[in-house]
Amino acid sequence: MMGATGLSVVIIIAVIVIMLVIIIIGGKDTLSWKFLTTFPQDGMTKGGIFPALYGTTLMVIIMSVAAVPFGAITALYLTEYARESSWIAKTVQFAVRTLSMVPSIIFGLFGLGFFIKFVGGGMDKVFSGGKLIWAQPNILWASLTMALLTLPVVIVSVEESIRAVPRDLRDASLALGATKWQTIRKVVLPGARSGILTGTILAVSRGAGEVAPILFTGAAYYLATLPHSLSDQFMSLGYHIYIMSTQSVNVDQTLPIQFATTLVLLLLTFTLNLVAVLIRSRLRRAH
Amino acid sequence: MKETKIKTRNLSLYYGSKMALNSITMDILQKQVTALIGPSGCGKSTYLRTLNRMNDLIPNVKITGEVLVDDFNIYDKNVDSVNLRKKVGMVFQKSNPFAKSIFENVAYGPRINGVHDRKKLTEIVEVSLQRAAIWDEVKDRLHDSALGLSGGQQQRLCIARTLAVDPEIILMDEPASALDPLSTSKIEELIFSLKENYTIIIVTHNMQQAARVSDYTAFFYLGELIEFGKTKKIFTIPEKKQTEDYITGRFG
Repeated sequence: MMGATGLSVVIIIAVIVIMLVIIIIGGKDTLSWKFLTTFPQDGMTKGGIFPALYGTTLMVIIMSVAAVPFGAITALYLTEYARESSWIAKTVQFAVRTLSMVPSIIFGLFGLGFFIKFVGGGMDKVFSGGKLIWAQPNILWASLTMALLTLPVVIVSVEESIRAVPRDLRDASLALGATKWQTIRKVVLPGARSGILTGTILAVSRGAGEVAPILFTGAAYYLATLPHSLSDQFMSLGYHIYIMSTQSVNVDQTLPIQFATTLVLLLLTFTLNLVAVLIRSRLRRAH
Repeated sequence: MKETKIKTRNLSLYYGSKMALNSITMDILQKQVTALIGPSGCGKSTYLRTLNRMNDLIPNVKITGEVLVDDFNIYDKNVDSVNLRKKVGMVFQKSNPFAKSIFENVAYGPRINGVHDRKKLTEIVEVSLQRAAIWDEVKDRLHDSALGLSGGQQQRLCIARTLAVDPEIILMDEPASALDPLSTSKIEELIFSLKENYTIIIVTHNMQQAARVSDYTAFFYLGELIEFGKTKKIFTIPEKKQTEDYITGRFG
């Protein structure tokens, strides 16, 4: 048994190390400040990844604006208002768990059907007399689709941190004549701040790396300009890696760019996860 | 003769189907210290928490009978428990300051009651801290975190925080049980000075403490009020055998 567990550990570590070493060696010479801040050139065989970096950043910001308040309110409801045994609380809990198990490509298809066809189509009919503006992939629909995908991460993380606020402090506030809502606003939420932050970071790190949900809902192969409206398409790091390695005019020539882009995406998500882990461990120690 | 501040009439409390208080009837006098004693699980803390309706927060609690504060039934449908708790303050067993500054801890109650004027707040904070006998120790660091205070100081800060809401009644749930002897004696002196202005009800496990600080003592056992009377009498010539056994340390 000891041998088997030891072997498993060695295999896992070896996979990570080999993966990292290959990516770092392949990408380190291409990675530079210029690579991060310039547009692709010559049919994307040269130049940088600025629009992809910009698009991913913008997408996770819009995604957070949608997912964090919505997730935090849901978590607040589950912890403070719903009785744990009530059917509605159980239903929400079940929905959150199910949502976190849905394959990401399904979110992409849902985004296409719901946001683009249904919501976007409806908006075009009502506001622009059928002119095509919102009923096509764009950064807003992609971000909202990604928000749905990351919602469970936010909910679970905020829920955990709200439950960690001691009963004592709520009692103290209520005994001073505070209402339940005053207690939540002034004692519970400030106490859960770091949990909300952790949830946001984990959601961002998940959203930055996912490709499937934005495949049909907003990611573009190549754009000569940055998106400047919510109805514009955008480039993203994950999707950029995919097209560079499968759709490029010359896959071998772009290999260094692929490695460097992968390295950027890895560093981004690793750093975000590391920060989340640090905040979380500080939170655990505080209680 | 002092006036009666709180009357409980046939007060019973159930957790689900389990009876925790059995038909308690007693009168608590104004500006006196009343001690509630008895072994763990006898219902004394539960009784204390019925007086500011903190038990409302626990699911499946059922209460019958009446609690009258100034002849007004606090379990009447029209009574807002939030307003009641402004009149009936509470100090807990474990000191529970907020993770805020000393000033903000005391200002919390006035603020939620709509006092926002800085000058007025400063005044309330100072008076409250003085009444809780902690002003001299903290006046130079009002804006430091309350969590940096010692256990005894934290408990006196919690008392100051309660006073800042200007209650008439203060409930204390074993306020000194987690403190060292010196801090305990400070709290006891404080209780003694507070009874000039407030009606105080204190739950304690410590017989000597009950004898030292209280004017009246109620002995609870298994959810029933066994004996209630002047502290001097309860501790010298109790009427019931159970009371005598408990205060002399034969059980509990």
